[in-house]
Amino acid sequence: MTNFLDYAPAPESTSILHLKKSYGLFIDGDWVEGRGKPFATINPATEKKITTVASASSDDVDLAVAAARRSYEKTWSTMSGADRGKYLFRIARLVQERARELAVAETLDNGKPIKESRDVDVPLVAAWFFYYAGWADKLDHAGLGAAPQSLGVAAQIIPWNFPLLMLAWKIAPALAAGNTVVLKPAETTPLSALLFAEILQQADLPAGVVNIVTGAGETGAALVRHPDVNKVAFTGSTGVGREIAKAIAGTDKKVTLELGGKAANIVFDDAPIDQAVEGIVNGIFFNQGHVCCAGSRLLVQESIHDEVVDRLKQRLSTLRLGDPLDKNTDIGAINSKEQLERIRALSDIGEAEGADRWTAPCVIPENGFWFAPTIFDNVSTSSTIAREEVFGPVLSVLTFRTPAEAIAKANNTPYGLSAGIWSDKGSKILAVADQLRAGVIWANTFNRFDPASPFGGYKESGYGREGGRHGLAAYLKGATK
Amino acid sequence: MSRLQIPKTYKLYIGGAFPRSESGRSYEVASPAGDFLANASLASRKDGRDAVVAARAAQPKWAGATAYNRGQVLYRIAELLDGRRAQFIEEITASEGVTAAVAGAQVDEAIDTWVWYAGWCDKYQQVAGSGNPVSGPYFNISVPEPTGVVAIVAPQSSSLLGLVQVVAPALVAGNTVVVIADEARPLSAISLGEVLATSDVPGGVVNILTGSPAEITPWLASHADVNALDLTGAGALEWVDLEIAAADTLKRVIRPEPGLPGRSLDRILAFVETKTVWHTKALI
Repeated sequence: MTNFLDYAPAPESTSILHLKKSYGLFIDGDWVEGRGKPFATINPATEKKITTVASASSDDVDLAVAAARRSYEKTWSTMSGADRGKYLFRIARLVQERARELAVAETLDNGKPIKESRDVDVPLVAAWFFYYAGWADKLDHAGLGAAPQSLGVAAQIIPWNFPLLMLAWKIAPALAAGNTVVLKPAETTPLSALLFAEILQQADLPAGVVNIVTGAGETGAALVRHPDVNKVAFTGSTGVGREIAKAIAGTDKKVTLELGGKAANIVFDDAPIDQAVEGIVNGIFFNQGHVCCAGSRLLVQESIHDEVVDRLKQRLSTLRLGDPLDKNTDIGAINSKEQLERIRALSDIGEAEGADRWTAPCVIPENGFWFAPTIFDNVSTSSTIAREEVFGPVLSVLTFRTPAEAIAKANNTPYGLSAGIWSDKGSKILAVADQLRAGVIWANTFNRFDPASPFGGYKESGYGREGGRHGLAAYLKGATK
Repeated sequence: MSRLQIPKTYKLYIGGAFPRSESGRSYEVASPAGDFLANASLASRKDGRDAVVAARAAQPKWAGATAYNRGQVLYRIAELLDGRRAQFIEEITASEGVTAAVAGAQVDEAIDTWVWYAGWCDKYQQVAGSGNPVSGPYFNISVPEPTGVVAIVAPQSSSLLGLVQVVAPALVAGNTVVVIADEARPLSAISLGEVLATSDVPGGVVNILTGSPAEITPWLASHADVNALDLTGAGALEWVDLEIAAADTLKRVIRPEPGLPGRSLDRILAFVETKTVWHTKALI
């Protein structure tokens, strides 16, 4: 039976992509073979292989760091800020020119809906390079003292949830401040970083300024521990973040860690309910919930609980799950089998611990990794799904009666990355925002990002900020954070 | 006939009170020439934990005080320290073996350090914060806030000035502090506690432990309710292990520094978190 919600398929064509059968490592401006065992990157929506990618051994990491050091000393640190900026502007423009191709590649490799990679990820990538390009010749005016100095070689390790966007968050400020880079993309999503290397060649960026080494955890560990690295920037899990903090103990490496989160999204009874429901959906189901700042704990005022949950279920029933390349798709594929298993395991624990599970009615495709939008109601604060990061399309619903109770519950976590507040009363929003121990707070909105806006966590969500002047300071000497 | 003096009993300063170590232990403090000066409390790990409890309890109110108010309280410390200048000169002269002129210069710098940081309380936010021009209908602002409870190993080469140079900047933003004093020269630290106790500094905002940094610091470095670790005076300890222990709860860490840290805005900013708030604007 068809109804008005049924749409004809409208997949974005992949013919715009001209992928190679295999990719090497991008070191010193050139493609070189990796000495580790090459691996396949697959499309999580079909489980089909996209291409083969090299794996960097610790010797390859040595080569990449040496290339970054050479180009730092001979080229990049002696170049004028204005010229560094011009390279970054070029990159921003090339990203815009190849936006469609990058969006398709990102969706293919990551599983996120094309409307998100097209309308959020890639435009923000261009914006990030454009923003930091302008800082490159204005470091003297950044309020960090006269002539602030770059750090040297930055080791950057990025996650699989926003592959190209996280690359931009890392590379743009590092280069603007005058550092050179060795970047390791996530094992399951290397594709867009490899296309980005082609963009660097088109931009004629001097060899060695940016080096991209693909591989798994060992490649990242070799990079973090490399003695000739001056800065480590990592986005990923709190567990790995801890290991990195330990690995750099006793060194003079500077570090930025963007780690996990368990954000509270607080809905007061005076909130604009229509917007709040959209915001809750965006907060946890954006990018399949593969978002460290996702609003995974809905704290709803008791008096409106039933109404909000009912409307949420109605809204979720209209979301379309399926082919990520389809322009009408709302929920794409889970990025990997491992992640899908983790989401399933945590959801089963949530159910076993007594929460009420509700799953959006949708057809799950035969191949690929999928998880239907899921709500757990009547979740207690001690429940595993209220404490641990699920990193999937799973929302835990808790209630509160007073603002003080909402604040206490929101802060009752070792994480402190983000939070949301929904209310029509501005003074209440600001008072609650003051009390929340989180680095990013969205009031009557959620999951907004901008290169001018600092992003990063409190407590075990890590330290340092990315974005804005704060994100620039993270790549300069003397400046704290 | 000369009057017999009444020597002071030096105890710890925790939660606004002056308890002895719960362990009942004390240790001898001597001048550089080896003359007995006093017995100081030898703080235990339990004293360290008690101090963290006091610091955590005091933190929200201290952070919630207006910046102007915190500035006045820090300035009040300078006033009272100035009033007890002679006592501190005497203590420093005895414990560091320096001349009264050198000791006086140190006390003056300690007083001026409080004045300098007092003035930062309502200013660092405008230096470290920002209004952000995001692409969309949002009011977007970034403000620094205190990290929370900061555990500090004070410089181990200075009885008063080094201590003030590490404690004062941590207080500016609204952090509360557990500090381990100079092990060999702890007496002025406890006298500073007396100044703090009478300076409108709420109890628990600063907690001062005397004793062995090597013994107490590991318990603070691994303590889950400590948010930051200042190892400025920990250069002689196994400080890499301390940094590794701190990584388990991702504490913010200042690594050891030789000598005294002086005054610096960076020390204030080392223990703040930047909070960015996005607020929608109506489309009118």
